[in-house]
Amino acid sequence: MASLDYATRTVPRPQIERHAVAPDERSWTSWLTTTDHKKIGILYLWTVAVFFILGGVEALLIRVQLGAPDNTFVTPEKYNQLFTLHGTTMIFLVTVPVWAGFANYLLPLMIGARDVAFPRLNAWSYWMFLFGGLALYASMFFTPPEAGWFSYVPLSTSEYSPSGGQDAWIFMVHLTGLSSMLGAVNFICTIHNMRAPGMGWGRLPLFVWTILIYSYLIVLAISSLAATVTMLLLDRHFGTNFFDPNEGGSALLWQHLFWFFGHPEVYILILPAFGVFSEVLPVFARKPIFGYKAIAAATAGIAFLGLLVWAHHMFATPSATVVLAFFMLSSFVIAVPTGVKIFNWLATLWRGTIEFRVPLMFAVGGIATFVVGGITGIFLAVFPVDWQLTDTYFVVAHMHYVAFGGTAFAMLSATYFWYPKMTGRMLNERMGKVSFWLVFIGFQVTFLIQHSAGLSGMPRRIYEYSAGSGWHTYNLISTIGAFILGTGALLTILNLVRSLKVGTPSGPDPWKANTLEWFTPSPPPAHNFDTIPRVRSVEPMKDIRRQVEQLSGAEQRFEAGRPMVKA
Amino acid sequence: MDRPRLSSVLRRAVVPALLALLAVAATASAGFIAPEAGGSPNADRTRTLYWLIFSLGVVVFVGVEGVLIWCIVKFRAKKGRVAAQIHGNTRLEIGWTVGAACLLIFLTVATFVMLPSIKNPAPSDIDANGNPVTASNAAFASTDQPPPPKGASMNIQVDGQQYVWRYKYPGQRNVFSYVNMYVPVGMTVTLDISSDDVAHSWWIPELGGKADALPGYINKSWFRVAAPGIYRGQCAELCGRNHANMYGAVIAMPFDRWKAWYDRQARDIQIAENLAAASRKRLDAEQSRQAAQGGGAAGGNAQNPQP
Repeated sequence: MASLDYATRTVPRPQIERHAVAPDERSWTSWLTTTDHKKIGILYLWTVAVFFILGGVEALLIRVQLGAPDNTFVTPEKYNQLFTLHGTTMIFLVTVPVWAGFANYLLPLMIGARDVAFPRLNAWSYWMFLFGGLALYASMFFTPPEAGWFSYVPLSTSEYSPSGGQDAWIFMVHLTGLSSMLGAVNFICTIHNMRAPGMGWGRLPLFVWTILIYSYLIVLAISSLAATVTMLLLDRHFGTNFFDPNEGGSALLWQHLFWFFGHPEVYILILPAFGVFSEVLPVFARKPIFGYKAIAAATAGIAFLGLLVWAHHMFATPSATVVLAFFMLSSFVIAVPTGVKIFNWLATLWRGTIEFRVPLMFAVGGIATFVVGGITGIFLAVFPVDWQLTDTYFVVAHMHYVAFGGTAFAMLSATYFWYPKMTGRMLNERMGKVSFWLVFIGFQVTFLIQHSAGLSGMPRRIYEYSAGSGWHTYNLISTIGAFILGTGALLTILNLVRSLKVGTPSGPDPWKANTLEWFTPSPPPAHNFDTIPRVRSVEPMKDIRRQVEQLSGAEQRFEAGRPMVKA
Repeated sequence: MDRPRLSSVLRRAVVPALLALLAVAATASAGFIAPEAGGSPNADRTRTLYWLIFSLGVVVFVGVEGVLIWCIVKFRAKKGRVAAQIHGNTRLEIGWTVGAACLLIFLTVATFVMLPSIKNPAPSDIDANGNPVTASNAAFASTDQPPPPKGASMNIQVDGQQYVWRYKYPGQRNVFSYVNMYVPVGMTVTLDISSDDVAHSWWIPELGGKADALPGYINKSWFRVAAPGIYRGQCAELCGRNHANMYGAVIAMPFDRWKAWYDRQARDIQIAENLAAASRKRLDAEQSRQAAQGGGAAGGNAQNPQP
């Protein structure tokens, strides 16, 4: 395929090609010293998979404890540690870095670059992320943090949380935060400067658009968080009183600063998920994405508005009505571009020829689930109603519909979609479908009923409830669902490991996809492209396939998921 | 190409399903698909507003999920079928953007129409002596910090502490209680909510929404209990290891019985305080006598007492 460009030109233009390359490093130390964006991406993704398993086990332990009233499976102390670790892990160590992992691997390939702009910085980002996670989990051997992933003051100050676990949490935020910010700068520079010839802003793949916006949001939001947790560290150990109301500090200040990061964070983890939906749907519907410009513009719009909605997490705090009203309205406004994206995805499926492969199933299941989270988000944006719903299981259900329905489903979709590119082998289709149905059904069973638990008055983060509360049935259903969901996720993990050895070889372009990464062999060589093709549309790979068809006369149509058979 | 068929499906299946769902919703018990209410006007109006959003939400849900399911069933890949190569439609884009915005504008208006009746305390049904009043004083202000409404009202200071609620009642006498708050039926009760230590959140679901208790801030809330009874809730903001056991309850009783409780509580507290003062005095005297005799050698003095 490498000589394709020559073949199509009447007068070949000389281009630099490799004549000799060092053999691929096979030793395990190459994983420690690598600056190859693909290897770093794979390191990110496997590390995320391990943290995803840890966070999932924590979730199951939480569900076991809540499965019965007055349960004594874990102590109150352990319970608080479990939900703090679960939330912190899933936010900081799974749903944000998973996109750093996918972006690392795919971004240079998608835009036709040979690596990211700063490969060494990239390696440093990964190692800081890993050590941030280790700093948090090392606290398991001492006292893990127990003030929640949001670590509200005064509970997280040294007076009420004297243990080092809280400090481990702060160090984790600092390390992973710096990692994310350096990674974001790297992505921004790469996207702005290293696109293939012809790839203008209107031809940038939508996943790359979302990674660009994600990166800008990270720079804005996480730098604020870094300052905020530094203030907490100073309060805890160096006698400052930013948050101590007895010394002129403010307990409310933490909440404002934290959510100024915390809400953009939601978009940091959801926008790339939207990007995955926007890449996967057109491939399996065999149709161009509907409303490319609208989707790209909606991404930017969501990111901008996402910086203006943070206090909708704080409607029950002492605030003036004008503040409440502003944040209600800004939260309403952000629903519009989000709705636009969903409508465009529906229109992409409309009149397509949809092939039910596992990536598409996870994408469609994810959209169907996310819609519920989007609608309950409107309930929570109406602040008088939020006064009833906030800090109950209704919110737990809502945010899982958004974060799991959006991000985790997209993450699984992306895994099934790009695994062949990364390993050269297909994931097992049947295992994938069983996994999808278990995850999808398990998810709905777990979380739909939690709306009712919240509406009947069950607050979040309680380690037990009495038999007379009437919440037992809700929680039992939820616990059963969690185990179905866990089984489904486990099946995908097994699939990932198993297919490394026994998966069907995939060939360069198993899905007949649209973007440039499928132009390379699977897995791609260290330098990605022998020749970087000129990009003429938003679907360069489709153009290349068409060109090959015209030149060779051979029909390039083949069913997605089956490797191309050579004629 | 299938538009007529789609709309007929909508008519035949989706609309009846929607109506059935709403019928179920209306008869469903409190707490299953709507927040608890029934104890106080603000909670009832919050639930009304909730139902409004819920109805709109159901329409959007059925519409979006319906089209999604329709698409994946109708447009499956089949032999001979070719996908329509459509890139977009500006009119459609503008249409659904404006449509979504209109729904949200409607919700905004509805919220602001209902807000005063949720946020601002309603006037009491009884006067300061417990006699019923007619609805002549129905007017009330709708400013940011609602002033006490006309007629009688009662202000109770709510103080969150790990892991108990403390209530300080109005009046000259020192009356307070823990966990259970005692109020007269029909009286508008305004709450000044704060905390002694970490963040808590005051919440009795049947009497309205939450109000966070933060040290250094005073948050406001109110309720007016319609019928005697016990209204239960618990702290809704993570406040430490025993957050799950920080209960609160409002016990509403007729005015005369409440007055009797108030007087008894005031008397009991007075007696307990007198006893405590007497025993403190006795201990102080004892200690200063010991200090004078033993020169402090036997351990302990007034400044540094030993048990």
